[in-house]
Amino acid sequence: MSQLQPFRLLLFALLAAFTSVLVSLLSGSVELSFDDLIAYAVGDIPALQRQVLEEIRFPRTLAAFVTGAALALAGVLMQVLLRNPLADPYILGLSGGAAVGALASIMLGLGGWWLSGTAFVGALVSVGVVFGIASRSGRWSTTHLLLTGVVVSAGWGALINLMLSTSASASVQGMLFWLMGDLSQSRVGLLQVGILITGAALALRAARSLNVLVRGDLVAASLGVHVNGLRLSLFFGASLLTVIAVTTAGSVGFVGLVVPHMLRLTGARDHRLLIPFSLIAGGTFLVVADTLARTLLAPQQLPVGVITALIGVPSFIVILRNAASK
Amino acid sequence: MTSLLTADNLLLRAGHRTLCSGLSLKVEQGQCWGLLGKNGAGKTSLLHTLAGLRKPAEGTVLLGETPLAALRPAQIAEKIGLLLQESVDALPSTVLETALLGRHPHTKGRLFDDAEDLAIAYEALSKLGIESLAPRTVDSLSGGERQRLALAMLLAQRPRLLLLDEPSNHLDLGFQTPLINLLLSQANGSQRKTAPPSDNVSSGAAVIMATHDINLAARVCDNIVLMIGDGETLVGNALDVLTEDNLGKAYDCPIARVKHEGRTLFYPL
Repeated sequence: MSQLQPFRLLLFALLAAFTSVLVSLLSGSVELSFDDLIAYAVGDIPALQRQVLEEIRFPRTLAAFVTGAALALAGVLMQVLLRNPLADPYILGLSGGAAVGALASIMLGLGGWWLSGTAFVGALVSVGVVFGIASRSGRWSTTHLLLTGVVVSAGWGALINLMLSTSASASVQGMLFWLMGDLSQSRVGLLQVGILITGAALALRAARSLNVLVRGDLVAASLGVHVNGLRLSLFFGASLLTVIAVTTAGSVGFVGLVVPHMLRLTGARDHRLLIPFSLIAGGTFLVVADTLARTLLAPQQLPVGVITALIGVPSFIVILRNAASK
Repeated sequence: MTSLLTADNLLLRAGHRTLCSGLSLKVEQGQCWGLLGKNGAGKTSLLHTLAGLRKPAEGTVLLGETPLAALRPAQIAEKIGLLLQESVDALPSTVLETALLGRHPHTKGRLFDDAEDLAIAYEALSKLGIESLAPRTVDSLSGGERQRLALAMLLAQRPRLLLLDEPSNHLDLGFQTPLINLLLSQANGSQRKTAPPSDNVSSGAAVIMATHDINLAARVCDNIVLMIGDGETLVGNALDVLTEDNLGKAYDCPIARVKHEGRTLFYPL
C-alpha cells in the first residue's frame, strides 16, 4: 500500500459505515424517511417516529455496530495470538461457554439480564479453564493453546447438544436463535462502548509490536518485544471483546474470521491499518447484515448469524479469487 | 576499552544435558566469531543466551558493562540483532514491510515509519540485492530470497552485535564471504543513524555465527568456540582451535586439514 492510499480508503470505509447506519435507521416496519431524521435532529418529530428511533432503531443499530466491530477486532487479535489464519474469536471455546450459560437461562425460562448474565459467567468459566490449562503446562505455544481451545470447545459443544435435545421444543427455537446470533433483543450501554474503544486504542498502540509478533515469538523477542506480556494481553483483550459481543448478540459467526481476512487480502496486512479498518468494516458488516435480517422476510426476523454467512461466503470467495489472480 | 559482549563462566543445560560449562569469552568490535559443533551440541541455545532470550543456568552475559538480565528487551534489541534459522509466515506481509520490522527497536513508541526508517529499509534490501522484490509477499519467495530478507531485516535493525544462526543457509557459495564482510561493516548504526555505514571491515560491529560449515568459519572467523559435547568447549584463535584432533572429537568423525594455495581447508575422511 502506498502512503496516500490508506487515507482515501479510510474515508471510503467511513462513508460506507455512515451509509449502512443511515439505511439501518430508516429500514423497518415503521416507514421513516431521511426527512424524519433531520426533523429528529432539530427536535421536531412526531411522537411515534421519535419513539421508534429512540427505542428501537438507534439502540439496535448501535448494538449491531459495536458487536461487529468487537468481533472483527477480537478476530484480528486471536489470529496474531495463535499465528493462525483460521483463528476466530470463538476458537478458544469462549462462545461455547457463553452458549451453555445462555441456554441454561432459556431452559429455566429466564430472560433479559439473566440471559446475558449467565452467558457472561459461562464465557468467563471458559476463559478461565483454557487459561488454567495453558498456563499450568507452562507452555504458551500456539499449538498447545489452540489444541486446548479446540478440546474445550468440543466439551461445550457436547453440553449444548445435551441441552438442546432435552429441552422443551418451545424453548429450542429461542436457543437456536441465540446460537446463530440474533440482535432483536440486543442493547449496548456505555460499558460495552467503553470496552470497545479502550480495546481499540490499546490494540492500535501495540499495532507495531503485533506486526513483529506475527513473525514469531523469537523474532519478536529479539526485536525487543515483551512477548509473554503481549500474548497475555492479547488473550485477555480478545476474550473481553468477544465476551461483549456474545453477551450482546449470541454467537454471531463469520464476522471475526472473515472481516480481518477480507482486509488482509485487499492489502491491509499491517496491523496499524488492519485494526482501524477491521473496526469499521466489522461494524458496517454487521449493521448491513442485521438490516437485511429484519427486512428480507419482514415481518419475520431472521437470525443475523445466518445472514453474515450468506453474504460473507460469496464476497469472501470473490476477494480470494481476485487476490489469487493478482 | 570495554568489550562489546562478555560471557563469564556460562553454564547451559538442556534437560539433563550440559551444553557448555565454564564458558567465558570476550567479543571486541570488528571481530568475527564462529560457533561450531555437532547437531544438537547447543550452538543455537548459546546464541539465544548471548542474545538475552534464554537465561543461563549459571554465569552472566554483559553487554558493554551491563548484565543482560538488567536490561529491558527493547534496550538489548537496540544493540544486539539475531538471525534465526527459520521464519514464520502464516500471515505473510510484503518484503518491504518485513524489512521495516527491523526498525522496531528504534521507533520508541512511534506508530508510523518515518522517511529515515524507509530509507534504511530500502538500503538494507539493496545491500542484499533484493530491492526489486520489495512489493512481493514473503510467502512467494524462494529459500535463498527469504534468507536474504531475514538478513536485510537484521541490517535495518543496525545492531552493534550480530548473532547469526546458520547465516549461509540457502545462500549461493559466492555470496557467503561478501555477506560476512557486509555484516561486519555495519558501523554503530544506532548511534550514527543518519550517516551511511562505512564499507570497511574495521568498524564497530561484531559478528558471532553458528554454522555447520567449518570451511566458512575458517575463512571468515578470527575466533572459534568449538562445542565438543558433555559441556566441554574450546575457545580461541581459529586456526589454533580447528585442529584435526579437536574437530575429530567434536564431530565424532575423522576430519582432515590441508593447506591449499595459502588457504586452510577441511574435509571429512
